[in-house]
Amino acid sequence: MGKTLLHKAWDQHTVRQLPSGQTQLFIGLHLVHEVTSPQAFQMLRERGLKVRMPERTFATVDHIVPTDLTERPFIDDLAEQMMVAIEQNTSEFEIPLYNIDDKRQGVVHVIGPELGLTQPGMTIACGDSHTSTHGAFGAVAFGIGTSQVRDVLATQCLAMDQLKVRRIVVNGSLSEGIYAKDVILHIIGQLGVNGGVGYGYEYAGSVIEAMSIEERMTVCNMSIEGGARVGYVNPDQTTYDYIKGRPHAPKDFDRAVEWWNSMASDADADYDDVVEINGADIGPTVTWGITPAQSVGIDQALPELGDYADAERVVVQEAFDYMDFKPGQKLAGTKVDVAFIGSCTNGRLSDLREAAKVARGRKVAAGVRALVVPGSQEVKAAAEAEGLHEIFEEAGFEWRGAGCSMCLAMNSDKLQGRELCASSSNRNFKGRQGSPTGRTLLMSPAMVAAAAVSGEVADVRGLVN
Amino acid sequence: MENSSVIANVTGSAVVVRGGDIDTDRIIPARYLRTVTFENLGEHVFEDDRAQGDHPFDEERYQGASILLANANFGCGSSREHAPQALTRWGINAFVGESFAEIFYGNCIAMGLPCLRVSAEDMQTLMAAVELDPAQELVVDLEARKVRYAGGAVAADIADGPREQFIKGNWDSLGQLLDAGDQIGETAAGLPYTNGFAVAG
Repeated sequence: MGKTLLHKAWDQHTVRQLPSGQTQLFIGLHLVHEVTSPQAFQMLRERGLKVRMPERTFATVDHIVPTDLTERPFIDDLAEQMMVAIEQNTSEFEIPLYNIDDKRQGVVHVIGPELGLTQPGMTIACGDSHTSTHGAFGAVAFGIGTSQVRDVLATQCLAMDQLKVRRIVVNGSLSEGIYAKDVILHIIGQLGVNGGVGYGYEYAGSVIEAMSIEERMTVCNMSIEGGARVGYVNPDQTTYDYIKGRPHAPKDFDRAVEWWNSMASDADADYDDVVEINGADIGPTVTWGITPAQSVGIDQALPELGDYADAERVVVQEAFDYMDFKPGQKLAGTKVDVAFIGSCTNGRLSDLREAAKVARGRKVAAGVRALVVPGSQEVKAAAEAEGLHEIFEEAGFEWRGAGCSMCLAMNSDKLQGRELCASSSNRNFKGRQGSPTGRTLLMSPAMVAAAAVSGEVADVRGLVN
Repeated sequence: MENSSVIANVTGSAVVVRGGDIDTDRIIPARYLRTVTFENLGEHVFEDDRAQGDHPFDEERYQGASILLANANFGCGSSREHAPQALTRWGINAFVGESFAEIFYGNCIAMGLPCLRVSAEDMQTLMAAVELDPAQELVVDLEARKVRYAGGAVAADIADGPREQFIKGNWDSLGQLLDAGDQIGETAAGLPYTNGFAVAG
C-alpha cells in the first residue's frame, strides 16, 4: 500500500515522537505577520531564547496596514504600534521583513508563493488559519496560534497530532462562469464547516488538475472553513512551472523536481476517506448565512428549516435572522451596499483579471461602494502593467494598496451598520467585516464584480458570455 | 525551561454559551487584535454578541464562572490565540463542549486550558442543570474523564496525550520541543531542500 503526500512529508519531517503521543514535526518555512507574532517574540525574550532558524523565517505586514494612506506613522496609533513592534522584533531576532515600503510586501499567503518560498513536500506554518493556501503546491501547511508561533520561532518545530487524509475528487469539468471559489464553497457546503476536523484534505480529480496554481490556492485557502487545518494538491508540471525562476526557487531545479515528484501521493495510497464530487453539479455559489457552509447556487432557492437535522436548525434560524433572509427565497436580485475584491482567497492577478472582464465598460451601480485590494504589491504592479486598474477605476471601483483590508477589517476598511457586502473573501461570520451587525455574501471575484455593476446579487454568466 | 503546572481537574461554576459554530471573530472581534500583548482582551470578550443584549457573559448568575459549556464546533475560524486568551482573562479555565475547532483546541492545550468533549445529549443535560442552578460547582475531572455536577456525572472525552500532559503538568509544548536538542538539526539536514537539493534526500 502506497502513501499520501501528507504521510510522506510527515515522516520525513518527524524529529521524534513526544511523550504526549504527538509528533515533533520540523517546519521548513515559517511565515510571520504583525498581528499574531508580538506576544510570541515577547515569550522568547522572557525565556531567554533566540530564533532557531532565522533563515527559514520570513515576515511581512498585511492584517492591519491601511490600503489607502500608507505613509508612516499610520493614522491609527494602535496599527502604528504593531508596525513598530514587528520592526523591532524582526531586527532584534534577525529575520527578513518585507515592510510596507518594500515591493515584496503583501498578504502573507500571496507573497510566500510569489517569492518561491512555498515549495512542494515542505512543512509550512504561519500564525494565520489560511496558511492552508500553501497546500496548493503540495506543501503541508498549518495555521497556528501565538504560543505555537513561539514554538516554531524557538525550535523550528511544532507538536502536532497525526492527521487522517480525506481525498476529495472533483471529476468532470467546470462550465463557463464557474470558478475555483465556487468549487470550494460547494465542497464546504457538502461536507460542512466541521467535516474536516482531524483531516487533511487532498484535492484531486480532473477539475483540480486543470486548475492554475492560483486557482488551487483559492481552493486550499478555504480548507479551514471546512474544519480541515491542512489542504493540498499533489504537485505537478503546473506547480513546477509556477515556481521556476522565482527568487527563492531551487537553483538545482531538476533535482528539486525529482524530489517533489517523489513526494506526491502514490497511485495506491491509502486514504481514510474518499469523497467524489461532479464538477458539472457546481454552479456560481454564494453564501447566504453566517458560516461558509451556508451557501446555494445562484439559481437555487434558500433552504427550508426542514431540510436540516434538528441539531442544526438553531444555527440555521440564527443565520436567517441575522442576514434578514427567508427560507425559500432566491439571492439573485438582493441589493448590495458594498463590493469587496481581494484577500488571500481571491486577491491574486488571475482573480483581478476575471473581475476586470466583468467590470470592463460597465459602471458600479449607484449607491454601491466597491473596492479592489490587490493581494500584494507585486500583484498590484502586474495588474497595473496590463491596465486592470484603469478598467476598475473607470467603472468606479477604488483601486487600493496591498493588504488584508475588508476581509477582516482590522484597518479602516469596514462595513457600516447593516450593510450587505458581496465579498471575494473567506468568512461570512457575524461582524467579520468590521460592523458588528454587517452582513457578508461570499462569492467569486467575478460574481462580486457582477454584483457591483448590477447593484444586486447577479449571475455572472449573464455578463461574461 | 518548563512553564507548566499540574491540572488534574478544574472546579468551579459554569457559564452556558449556547449555539453551534461560535467562531473566534465573535469571541474576540478583530479590532481588538491591534495590540502587542494579550493583557486587556478579557474586557472585550464576545463584545459584539454582548452588544446585541442577553449574553450569558453579562448575566449576574454566571459571574465568576470558570468552566464554559459549549455546543458543537466551538472556536471555529481564525487561528487567533487571542480568543482563548480573552476567555481565560474573563475567568475561564476549562471548556466542555460537544466539539471544538482544531486550531482553537490546539491553542487551548498550549495555554494549559483543558477542552473536554461530551455527547450532545449529555451537553443538553449539563446545560439544563447549570441553567437551573447556576451556583452549583462542577468538577471537570481529567483523571476520571468525567464532568461531575450536582445531579451526577457525565462521561467526558479527552485524548490520552493532552490528558497525561495536564495531569503530569508537562503541557508546555516549548519545553518538550527544546528537549529534542540536536535531533532538530539532524532532521533538517536530512531534508533535500535544506541543502539546495545538493544531496539526495
